Amino acid sequence: MQVFFSIGVDALAYGMVLFIISIGLSVTMGLMRVVNLAHGAFAMIGGYIASYAARDLGLPYGFAIILAVIGTIIIAIPLERFLYRRIYGAPELTQVLMTIGITFCVIGLANYVFGPTLKTIPLPAELQGPVNLGFRTIAAHKLFAIGCGVVVALGLWFLIERTSFGVKLRASVDNTAMAASLGVRTRIVYAASFALAVGLAAFGGVIGAELLPVEPYYALRYMVTFLVVVSVGGAGSIPGALIACLLLGAIDTTGRYLVPEYGEFFFYLAVIAIVWVFPRGLLGRAK
Amino acid sequence: MSATEISAPFEQAKPMRRPWQRDLAGVLIIGVAAVAGYFLFPDNLALLTRIIAIMLLVLSLDLVTGYCGVATLGHAALFGAGAYAAGIAAVTFGITEPLSMVAIGAIAGAVAGLVSGVVILRGHGLAQLVLSIAVIHLFHEAANKASTYTGGSDGLSGIAPDPVFGLFAFDLWGRTAYVFGIGLLILVFVLLRILVRSPFGTLCRGIRQDPIRVSAMGASVKASLIKMYVISGAVAGVGGALNAVSTQVVGLDSLSFTNSAEALVMLVLGGAGSLYGALVGTIVFMWFEHVVSAANPFHWLTIVGALLIAVVLFAPKGLYGTAVTLMKRFIGSRQ
Repeated sequence: MQVFFSIGVDALAYGMVLFIISIGLSVTMGLMRVVNLAHGAFAMIGGYIASYAARDLGLPYGFAIILAVIGTIIIAIPLERFLYRRIYGAPELTQVLMTIGITFCVIGLANYVFGPTLKTIPLPAELQGPVNLGFRTIAAHKLFAIGCGVVVALGLWFLIERTSFGVKLRASVDNTAMAASLGVRTRIVYAASFALAVGLAAFGGVIGAELLPVEPYYALRYMVTFLVVVSVGGAGSIPGALIACLLLGAIDTTGRYLVPEYGEFFFYLAVIAIVWVFPRGLLGRAK
Repeated sequence: MSATEISAPFEQAKPMRRPWQRDLAGVLIIGVAAVAGYFLFPDNLALLTRIIAIMLLVLSLDLVTGYCGVATLGHAALFGAGAYAAGIAAVTFGITEPLSMVAIGAIAGAVAGLVSGVVILRGHGLAQLVLSIAVIHLFHEAANKASTYTGGSDGLSGIAPDPVFGLFAFDLWGRTAYVFGIGLLILVFVLLRILVRSPFGTLCRGIRQDPIRVSAMGASVKASLIKMYVISGAVAGVGGALNAVSTQVVGLDSLSFTNSAEALVMLVLGGAGSLYGALVGTIVFMWFEHVVSAANPFHWLTIVGALLIAVVLFAPKGLYGTAVTLMKRFIGSRQ
């Protein structure tokens, strides 16, 4: 029972961190049809900025998060303007190559600037240590990650289903040309959702630094995981991404607890099985 | 079959000499380059042999990506299957005759090609990529787990191939391995030239350009692609077996995602959809890697990344494709 409970909490925390990072990827992939392999790199940049702000400059944790989100968006804007805009609508192979190239560059530069060691983001006192729930205790930062995931999911749901920006975003996803001819400024919608996606990636990178440690190969190591989440959930679907994250988080965590010697074998087996049965993802729509 | 009418971007752009003359020229160029390599870099023959093995992998990737348009990041699975099969045959079953090892590698590669082809071709676009990534990781984890046969993360060592034809023993300087590799490369190259010019090869190009039209003409898209995957697996398996024979070690890195991604980078650098492009891309990439990573390993990844971005933006046809275009323009302007 104890094992079952800790697997459950770890899986939930891991799944929520995955969700925060990859939901942005899912939105951009559904909207702009860009297979963005560099998404993990943005999460990593966020982690590095937060680590620098909190550890080296001694700024408070909350401030470090805000700084990481804003800093990553600022870094991403010229990339979107000069590189991503050229590959909207290009074949997948082109997009994959371009974004892998960006990822390699970011890894190389991070390695050069920050060195190959792990970077920690010091947690504030409130998030250290366990929280007593009455019948069990949970590490506070895991609880915090789960809470952030719930807030992000609800916030995105509200943004997309209940605001005028969400209406425009959904219209652009469904049919960009038609939305544009009805007066939606699709370029601005694109740019705003790209910034949102990058900001969420950075946020997730900081929140999840305890689970996915920040180091130069972060971008390559977890890139595959984020891509898998989007593919399993279905590009552009928020509930799909949430289900995929919780499911894959549960499979991965259970595998690590019960049969650690098999590594990620079962994770990838599950991925093949799911994508085999649902080639468009669990909640993906037919094109 | 009317599929032969579909025009191909590289081969049919100009009235050409007889095809076998072009092939002969290609073989001659490879031969001259091989001899030059032998005498210019006598201390680097091991690296050159490794380049040949990777060339076979990139050629094999070209068959499915360049000719059939299947985007995959898991092609090293086929290469690694060939390498491990040859290595296990030698270590566990005592089959140390090099040509038999290569044949076993080719068969294992073909089987791996069949398996991964069936899995990868199930999806399109993003799903296809994710499936290919999952396949390479599955192969990697399986090889890691089956350490009784594969040696796990320590790698499979103790491969001691017999002399080639019972005459030429594998020496310390890698001369035999190099010549053996060149022989295999030329053989595979000629066979692949015949393959890509055959009606089947042309059909595959048609599938890349318009799968719906090809299926409307009555050809089975999926069966053709899987057939090509099996052939591609055999080629990659030969490459893997060559690597096992020449280095006498098989490591888990031969089944890695990085290996797959690098093969794709080499292919695109040289120019997908052309056998020469695959060869050129591999040489340029591997030589570059050898020089740069010896000078400064930190910046190697940055440079590869910048190179990729530059190729996508400025030379989407790759080095070979761009050179061909420039040459045509030059010849055209003189006439």
